[in-house]
Amino acid sequence: MKQPISWQIATVTGIHPETPRVKTITLTLPAWLPHRPGQHYDLRLTAPDGYQAQRSYSIASEPERIGEIDLTIERLEDGEVSTYLHDVVQVGDQVEVRGPIGGYFVWEKDLGGPLLLIAGGSGVVPLMAMIRHRFVAKSKTPTKLLYSSRSPEDVIYASELDSLGMAGDGFEVIHTFTRSQPANWRGYARRIDQQMLRETLTPIASVPLAYVCGPTRLVESVADGLVQIGVPPERIRTERFGPTGGTL
Amino acid sequence: MDDLEIDPNWDLMLDGNAAAGLFQEMFAVEMTACPTACAWCGQQGQIGRLLAFAHAPGIVLRCPNCMNVMMRIVETNETIYFEASGVAYLAFERSAW
Repeated sequence: MKQPISWQIATVTGIHPETPRVKTITLTLPAWLPHRPGQHYDLRLTAPDGYQAQRSYSIASEPERIGEIDLTIERLEDGEVSTYLHDVVQVGDQVEVRGPIGGYFVWEKDLGGPLLLIAGGSGVVPLMAMIRHRFVAKSKTPTKLLYSSRSPEDVIYASELDSLGMAGDGFEVIHTFTRSQPANWRGYARRIDQQMLRETLTPIASVPLAYVCGPTRLVESVADGLVQIGVPPERIRTERFGPTGGTL
Repeated sequence: MDDLEIDPNWDLMLDGNAAAGLFQEMFAVEMTACPTACAWCGQQGQIGRLLAFAHAPGIVLRCPNCMNVMMRIVETNETIYFEASGVAYLAFERSAW
């Protein structure tokens, strides 16, 4: 639909810590529009002297939740906007947002599958909107999430992902931890590589739709790896988040 | 390509999704899924696949195949400058509207 998008003033109606470095902020929007899972909002802060800083944040919530959105934000040590959103913003505060934006890195139930979702760190956020939408829309599309984190404490949405994985509707989470693992861990303990992709892909019956999101290096190497093991490039969608606060 | 991978700019590289808001401001339609082709090497793909370099006064979109510049977008308070001499074509699908 042709529509110029414009800035609107959103109100913070909830703040929820996910991990030591990551928080979810719930915003109520006066001009809320249903988004497509995977889309983002631009968020803009204006200082009293007029200085503006703007960033894009992926929507974490499903479009079925009317009137509000969740943005899950990682606090970057030298981040201008993320440090403000983490350290200063409180419930009741207002921020300017514009959106929803994006048409390439989106998935809805009608696009089918099977789905292979691959996340590095906070790259899981747009994929979570897809996963939540899938669940609420009662889709049975076979879906695997391969999720790379530094350590178990860094897993965003950990308990929600665990319960979704037990719902029995064809959704599965595979974790890999690159720095430290849970006690008695028998799963992956390294960066995503071609072998891991091959093992994840093998049980999937037909060529999946793959969505890869996270730091640029991870996205580059995973996208290349998927092509090497035979996933057609047109079935792979990527969204690069740039560098994060630490290496994965 | 190896030189680029040890280039610090590589880590900062984003993709066409990073320009989505700007495109929507300029054209009033969602463009990251628009098919496009590189005027340098002919490689076809969607705008979302282009490599974006945004740590500069403006955003530069490069062809993922030959790395040449396809588009440059520079903003001032009054104006958005859009230069696309590296684009062979853009395709707007009516059904997307």
